[in-house]
Amino acid sequence: MHHLVIDRWSRGTSPLHQRDPRAKLAALLVFLIALSTTPPPAQAGFAAYAILLILAARLARLPIRGLAGRAALVLPFSATFALLTWWSGDSLRALALAEKSFLSGLAALLLVGTTPLTGWTAALESWHAPRMLILVIQFVYRYLFVIAEQAQRMRWAALCRGRGSFRLAAGLVGVLFARSWQRADGVYHSMLARGFRGRFVPAPSAPFRASDALFLSACMAGCLAIRILL
Amino acid sequence: MPRHPHTAVSRAIQIQGLRYRYPDGTQALNGIDFHLDAGESVALFGANGSGKTTFVLHLNGLLRGQGSIEICGLPLADGTLEQIRSKVGVVFQDSDEQLFMPTVLEDVAFGPLNLGLSPADAQTRARTVLKRVGMTHALERAPYHLSAGEKKRVAIAGVLAMDPEILVLDEPTTFLDPPTRRDLLILLRSLPQAKVVVTHDANLARALATRAVFFDHGQIAGEGDVMEVIQRFHWEYS
Amino acid sequence: MHIPDGFLSTPVWATLDVVSAPAVAWVARRAQRETQDHRIPLLGVMGAFVFAAQMINFPVGPGTSGHLVGGALLAIVLGPAAAALVMTAILALQALIFQDGGVLALGANVFNMALAGIAAGYLPYRLWHAERRTVAIFAAGTLSLMTSACLALGQLLISGVPMRGGVLWASLALFLVNALMEGAITVAALGAIERLNPEWVPGPQPASSRTLAGAALVALLVVVIGTLVASAAPDGIQRLTASGADSAAWPQRAMAGVVGIVMILALCYLGGKLMARRRSA
Repeated sequence: MHHLVIDRWSRGTSPLHQRDPRAKLAALLVFLIALSTTPPPAQAGFAAYAILLILAARLARLPIRGLAGRAALVLPFSATFALLTWWSGDSLRALALAEKSFLSGLAALLLVGTTPLTGWTAALESWHAPRMLILVIQFVYRYLFVIAEQAQRMRWAALCRGRGSFRLAAGLVGVLFARSWQRADGVYHSMLARGFRGRFVPAPSAPFRASDALFLSACMAGCLAIRILL
Repeated sequence: MPRHPHTAVSRAIQIQGLRYRYPDGTQALNGIDFHLDAGESVALFGANGSGKTTFVLHLNGLLRGQGSIEICGLPLADGTLEQIRSKVGVVFQDSDEQLFMPTVLEDVAFGPLNLGLSPADAQTRARTVLKRVGMTHALERAPYHLSAGEKKRVAIAGVLAMDPEILVLDEPTTFLDPPTRRDLLILLRSLPQAKVVVTHDANLARALATRAVFFDHGQIAGEGDVMEVIQRFHWEYS
Repeated sequence: MHIPDGFLSTPVWATLDVVSAPAVAWVARRAQRETQDHRIPLLGVMGAFVFAAQMINFPVGPGTSGHLVGGALLAIVLGPAAAALVMTAILALQALIFQDGGVLALGANVFNMALAGIAAGYLPYRLWHAERRTVAIFAAGTLSLMTSACLALGQLLISGVPMRGGVLWASLALFLVNALMEGAITVAALGAIERLNPEWVPGPQPASSRTLAGAALVALLVVVIGTLVASAAPDGIQRLTASGADSAAWPQRAMAGVVGIVMILALCYLGGKLMARRRSA
C-alpha cells in the first residue's frame, strides 16, 4: 500500500528530514500561497517552483519519480476541469489549473515524506490546533491500515464464495463496524491497564534552532522572489 | 531496575469466590478461587468461552465482579485501582489493540508517563525496557509495520515499563511462527515477575509454568502440575 | 468531492480557511464535552473504519457500483460534533498523506464535508427518526452528499472555474445519483450494524429542540442552494451588492460566500446554545 512508501521516506536522515516540522509546515504554506496566487500567464514562475521542489527533493534524498508519480494522482481530476477551461477558451488558465494542483501535491508530499506523522501533528498542535483533533488524527492513522487490511481480507473471503452483491457489501460493512467497535474497546482497556486517567500527556517539543530559521527564511525568500519577479 | 523484596505474608494474587455476570445475563464466572505466589508462573487452560479472558480482565479491575480479590496484599477497590494497575501488567491477545501510539517509543513511554514520570524519565525508562526485549532498532517506527513477534515484544515492553510485579499474558503465542514462539519463550523465562499465562499452547505452558489451572464454564475444573492437567483434560490433539 | 489546491480563487479559499478554523475549534470543544474518555480511541477507530469501508463495492447495476462516503453514518452513530471532528481528521489525512484535496483548500473541504455535510447528515435523522426511520436515514445520506457537492460546485463557480449550463446540470445530475446511492448504502449499512447490536445506532439526543433542528435544516438547504444559484449567476450578486463597478473585484464575490457562511455558522452556534440550555433545564 502507498502508506508504506511514505512511512519509509519519512524516516530518512537528510538535512531536510532534520529540520523542525514547524519550519517545514510554514515553508509549505508559504510555497502553496505563492503558487496559488500566481496568475496563469506567469508560466516561468511555475517552472521555477518546479525547480525549487526538485531541489528540495534532492536535498531530502527522495526519489523524484516516486514523488511525481504520487502527485500525479490528482491529474485525472484536474485534467477534467482543465479541459473544460481549455474548451471555454482560456488555455493558459487550463494549464495553470493542472500545474498548480500537481505542484501543490508534490510540495505536500515533500512535507510528509520528510516528517513523520507525530512531527507535523505536533507542529499543528503548537499552532493551537485543538488537542482532540490531533489525537483523533493520530488514532485514525494508527488504525487505518489495520482496518483497511481487515476489510480487504473480508472482501476476498466473500468473493471466494460467489459474486459480490449489495446485500453482501452491507453485511461486510456491518461486520467491519462491529469488529472496529470491539477493537476500540480493546484499545481503551489497554489504555486503562497502563494507567490512563483521561489525559494524554503531550510530548515535549524540541527548540527551534537557527538552522530551522535559516531554512524557513531561505524558502520564504525563494518563493517571494519567484512570485514577484516571474 | 530495583526489585521490591516480597514478604512471605501476602501472596501476589489471592482471589476468593469470584463471580461475574455479563450485562446480557450470562454467568461468565461462577465462584473462582485462585492464588499466585511471587515469582510463580501459572498456565490457564480451557475452551474458548470458558471464562479465562473474563477472569484475566478482573486481575487489574477492568471488569469488577463479586468476591474478594487481593493483589500483593491490596484489596481491589476504586481507591486502589491505580496502584494495582501498576503492579499487574496485562499483555492482551491482540497486539494491535495494545500498541495504539504512533511510534514504538511513545507507546512504551505511555505507561510511565501515566505513572507520573517526567517525559525525559519516561523516555529513558522506555529505552531501557526496549533494550531488555531486544527492540532498540525500532524506536521511531510505527507499530503497524512490525512483525507479529516484534509487536508482541513491544507490547511486553510497554507493560514492563510500569515495573509490575505480576505479568498477565493472554494467548501470547497466537499468530507466531515456531521460531518466534521460541524467542518469546526465552524472553518470558528471563523475566522474574510472577506470571499468569492464558494459552492453548501446551509447549509454552510446559516450558514456562509450574502449575496449570483448567477453566470450564466459568469454574475451575481442576488444577495441578502442567503435564498432569493436560493429560487429565485431554488438552493435546496429537 | 475533495477540491485540490489551485482551483479556488484566493478570496474563496482564504475566507473558508479563516471561517473553518474557529468552527473546528468549536466542534472540538463540543465533542470533548460530549465524549467520555473511552470514546477517544473510538473516534479514531471509527474514522479508520470509514476510510476502510469506502473501499467496499456496492454493486447497483451492470457495471456500476457505489461506495459508502460515511458522513451520515458517522453523524448518526457518533452524534454531530464527534462526527464532524472525525471527518475533519479524515480530511486532513486525505489532504496530506493521500493527496486527496488540497492543503490550502482544506478549509473549504472541511466546511463542505465535515461541517455542512455532517449537519445535513444528522438533521434529517434528528427530525424524522421516530416516524419514518428508513426515510430519515435515506434523506440523511442523500442530503449529506448533495450539500457537500453543491457547496463545492458553488465555490468552484465563484472562483471562476467555467461550467456552462450543460456541464453544470450534468455535474449536478451526477452528484444526485451518487447522493441517492449514498442514501441507500447508508440505510443498508446501518441496518446491518443495527442487527448486530441495536445500541450502536442510537436515537438522537431528545433534549435538543426539534423545531430548531427543522429550522436549521431549512436554513442550511436555503443557503446551499442559494450559494449555488448565486455563484452560477455572478451578475446577480453584483446587482444585489449594489456596486457593479468592477465585475472582477473580488470583495463582491467574496461577500456572497461570506454572507451564506456566516448565516450557517450563526445558526449552528445559536442551535448549539439552545440545545445546551434545554438539556440543562
